[in-house]
Amino acid sequence: MDTSPPEPRLSALYQELILDHYRRPRNKGTLDGATHSVSLNNPLCGDEIDLQLQVEGGAIKAVRFVGRGCSISQASASMMTQLLKEKAVPQALALAERMSAMMQGDETAAGDKSLGDLRALAGVSKFPIRIKCALLPWNALTDAFKGQW
Amino acid sequence: MLDAARLRADFPLLERQEHGRRLVYLDNAATTQKPDAVLHAIADYYRTTNANVHRGAYSLAIRATEAYEAARAKLAGFVNAWTPEGVVFTRGTTEAINLVAGSYGRAHVGRGDAIVVTAMDHHSNLVPWQILCQEKGATLRMVEITEDGRIDLSDFGTALEGRPKIVAFPYVSNALGTVNPAAQLTRLAHAVGAVVVVDGAQATPHLKVDVRALDCDFYALSGHKMLAPMGSGALIAKPELLEAMPPYHGGGEMISRVFDDHSTYNKIPHKFEAGTPNVEGAVGLAAAIDYLGAIGLERVAEHEQALAQAAIDQLTQIDGVTVYGPRGHRAGVVSFTYGDIHPHDIATILDQDGVCIRAGHHCTQPLMRRLNVPATARASFYIYNDLDDVAALAGSLVKAGALFGYVPA
Repeated sequence: MDTSPPEPRLSALYQELILDHYRRPRNKGTLDGATHSVSLNNPLCGDEIDLQLQVEGGAIKAVRFVGRGCSISQASASMMTQLLKEKAVPQALALAERMSAMMQGDETAAGDKSLGDLRALAGVSKFPIRIKCALLPWNALTDAFKGQW
Repeated sequence: MLDAARLRADFPLLERQEHGRRLVYLDNAATTQKPDAVLHAIADYYRTTNANVHRGAYSLAIRATEAYEAARAKLAGFVNAWTPEGVVFTRGTTEAINLVAGSYGRAHVGRGDAIVVTAMDHHSNLVPWQILCQEKGATLRMVEITEDGRIDLSDFGTALEGRPKIVAFPYVSNALGTVNPAAQLTRLAHAVGAVVVVDGAQATPHLKVDVRALDCDFYALSGHKMLAPMGSGALIAKPELLEAMPPYHGGGEMISRVFDDHSTYNKIPHKFEAGTPNVEGAVGLAAAIDYLGAIGLERVAEHEQALAQAAIDQLTQIDGVTVYGPRGHRAGVVSFTYGDIHPHDIATILDQDGVCIRAGHHCTQPLMRRLNVPATARASFYIYNDLDDVAALAGSLVKAGALFGYVPA
């Protein structure tokens, strides 16, 4: 049996921080008093997310999610919810763009501290088929504010 | 077991490496690789025989037509069809089932009628019936499955009490590997006057199919899952049913006489083959049938059964792995989950070892809901796989467990 250590690319993809968010997702659940709710799924692979936000005075006061899917999509959702609290909506949407840039291999985005824990997902850019997993919660976020900001 | 290493030499793609590793292709339920015999048959067709069929008066066109019709006769023999005229070439199983729903279904199903499907049907044997039921105000009844992944015969019986017009089910489940008792189900459905549609996509490549012994009314199959090119496939039907059915697609080839405001239609099967057909697909399918015929479908089935059993034995020894579907008699499809490691993550990790498996819902979302999983990982075997491939799968899976720090509960 092959007992060689996993490839560096794989170790970079499945960092401990990602597995931690996958196994102990932050802000998981439903939100009373949500002002914005979006359900999104990836019909190809079946990943699902229900994202709920409470927005007051143009800022995100609370955010929660319920989801099912792979470690990448669920960790991305968990990390995203941590980052969004108290952010003004335009700020949140700017983060979504930074996240998307990081997934496209933009190294300045990968070094951008404003992305917080999400930088652990930079390795996903090397696995093109998984980028849609990492972006699923972010697409839900931008959908939530579509046409409003 | 078959000499898989010798067979592999016939498949140029399998000589490739992935990520520096020998390619271990275990996604055969999705599509199989193609042997040189099929690739050459397609190239030869274009080099020596290509012309539009059923149209030209010149020798070349006649030879093209002969090649196309010879493929039809070969396929008819392969599945013991009622007549070659009862073989309609389609793009595959999906189109074949849509043809039945769109032609037979629209003509015979009305408001308040029932159609029966099963909880293990592929979306291609479910969604066309949903669309038909919505259009006609008919009811769709889904038969439940048992804990071990078989069609629940008592629920099937209950569903038949609604005297459905159409009963549809898969011969072999693409997600579970279950081999359904197709002849028995057909008999029961006929007893209440239903017409029977069998999704043969996963059965035809893997076991000896005899549609007359099954006595079903319609049987759909795909060429690309049995060594033939993508876009080849067929609907096998009782000729008298096809004769009575209205056309499905309109266009050239399917007509007899065309007037300004109406047309009369060609004889079967041409009535259902509007437009220029996929002749290279038919020729490739004929070559695939020759290739499989030389091996013998009984031996193919035995080989796959042995690999599936070895896979089940090895995977279930890994703490945390759950294998779905029946034990014992089954096809070479092994669906599994591994603790809380999502199937997509499993597939990504295995890919780094050159092991290709499928992860997802396998176009069976109602089934996944019943198994209470969002998705499964699925390994599916064919003639060129061997026990080394099973070992590679198990070994790579252990690695996935280590990477995820999987600790058995």
